[in-house]
Amino acid sequence: MARSALIDVSKQGLLETLKWLWRELLEKGLVDALLVPMELPSGHNVVQTLVTNADKLEAANPLAPVLPVSSARIVSAMTRIASSQKKIGVVLRPCELRAVVELVKLNQISLPGLVLIGIDCFGTYSVSQYSKLAEENHSPTQRALALVKDKKEDSLLREACQVCEYPFPMNADLTIGLIGLDLDKGILLEAATEEGERILQALGLKKGNGSAKRQTAINRLVSERVRKRDELFEQTSREVSGLENLLSTFACCINCHNCRDVCPLCYCRECLFDSPTFEWEADKYLTWASRKSALRMPTDTLLFQLTRLNHMAISCVGCGLCQEACPNEIPVFRLFHLVGHRVQEIFDYVPGQSLEEELPLVTFKEAELQEVGYK
Amino acid sequence: MNDEFEPVIVGYFCNWCTSTAADLAGTTRMQYPPNIRPIRTMCSGSVDPVYILRALLSGADAVIVGGCPPGDCHYISGNYKTRRRFAVLKTILSTLGLEADRVWLRWISAAEGAKFAKTMNEITTEMKKKGPNPLKKQWPI
Repeated sequence: MARSALIDVSKQGLLETLKWLWRELLEKGLVDALLVPMELPSGHNVVQTLVTNADKLEAANPLAPVLPVSSARIVSAMTRIASSQKKIGVVLRPCELRAVVELVKLNQISLPGLVLIGIDCFGTYSVSQYSKLAEENHSPTQRALALVKDKKEDSLLREACQVCEYPFPMNADLTIGLIGLDLDKGILLEAATEEGERILQALGLKKGNGSAKRQTAINRLVSERVRKRDELFEQTSREVSGLENLLSTFACCINCHNCRDVCPLCYCRECLFDSPTFEWEADKYLTWASRKSALRMPTDTLLFQLTRLNHMAISCVGCGLCQEACPNEIPVFRLFHLVGHRVQEIFDYVPGQSLEEELPLVTFKEAELQEVGYK
Repeated sequence: MNDEFEPVIVGYFCNWCTSTAADLAGTTRMQYPPNIRPIRTMCSGSVDPVYILRALLSGADAVIVGGCPPGDCHYISGNYKTRRRFAVLKTILSTLGLEADRVWLRWISAAEGAKFAKTMNEITTEMKKKGPNPLKKQWPI
């Protein structure tokens, strides 16, 4: 049974209370280092920062509505070669955490030594939007939280966030619950593992119950998001499906592969598309050109997108960073989210939901998909 | 001159079953259409979707992957994984409104020369009925 505690935020305020929590984690030696989003001195961006000294936590702000890079990539880069004997606490948004779980299953992250701290997410803005607000002296964090408190929709949220049906962390050692709670009074701290329990105990917080209230609010939010998601799916199907539509969707693709570079699930050290497999002599190009009388250059634009779908859509967590990274505003997220949902449905698979459940493409059942291979 | 449309069909056949079945069909002098361009792979499980997609986008009218029947994979479970990957590939194609029925997967064991010839006849006839792959004419892909 998960143990939970209520943290009083009425005296210090939400952000300061969270800073107290990070400080406690470091000062009590519950973690040796903390990976936490920190505001850059310019105020124009918030980036994941590895902090070893509690004095440096003044700028920590995991509530800032911006997601420049998926932390799953960062955690993978940190632990792929070898994990540390020391404990690293990592503060993650739900979509980052889901990607972390997928990467653990793909052997790209080693969990030992990591303390996963998940935090409820109210959605994020694009980096440029965030920085613009900051420049105009509007605190993006205050703006976002004020809208949450007033129960108003935030029109600036990224598309992926507007249809996100997993705004709550799954598989965290420690969950910071915000949804459905009075953010001027108290927030929830929930331990789901032994590690989480240990930390909760050491913090000496009073037992609290806000879990039921939070769960009700989450359920309501999720059903609303699912409705929006289905609307988006329908619209995307109309806009993208069919050869003509698909070609006009990717007409602006310049083969920069930014979408792949920011994708938390595209983990290959050397992508097939960067490998010698795609290096050819001039005569090859001439042969292809003469086959269709003309050849789009650079070649294999659509092939790249379709292949990427085949390789990662099964684990797509729908973070939408691909769409953010596209220099030409191709609706990559819409397309990948739709296709991802359809292929995940085949195996009833939810990326990031379970560490134990095997990745669909590395396992099989004998008596399944009987029609494939016969019809 | 006969103007009938002759489809180009790329076949990826596993070394242990379907390629051997192709040999058997040949040595027992069974007729099958020359529209098939067979490529031998070690296992149907080693055929990454990128190979199937590239053939289709380059203008092949169909792609057929042949593997060992379920339970008979030389590598124990390669064909079961092919089957899952195929379900994914076909779902992706149909979600995007591309023709998923130009991609076939069939289990043909080493002893089934006749089945090999029959299947190759079947896919050729189907593709003749269906007509050329619309991607054949598309240069901007």
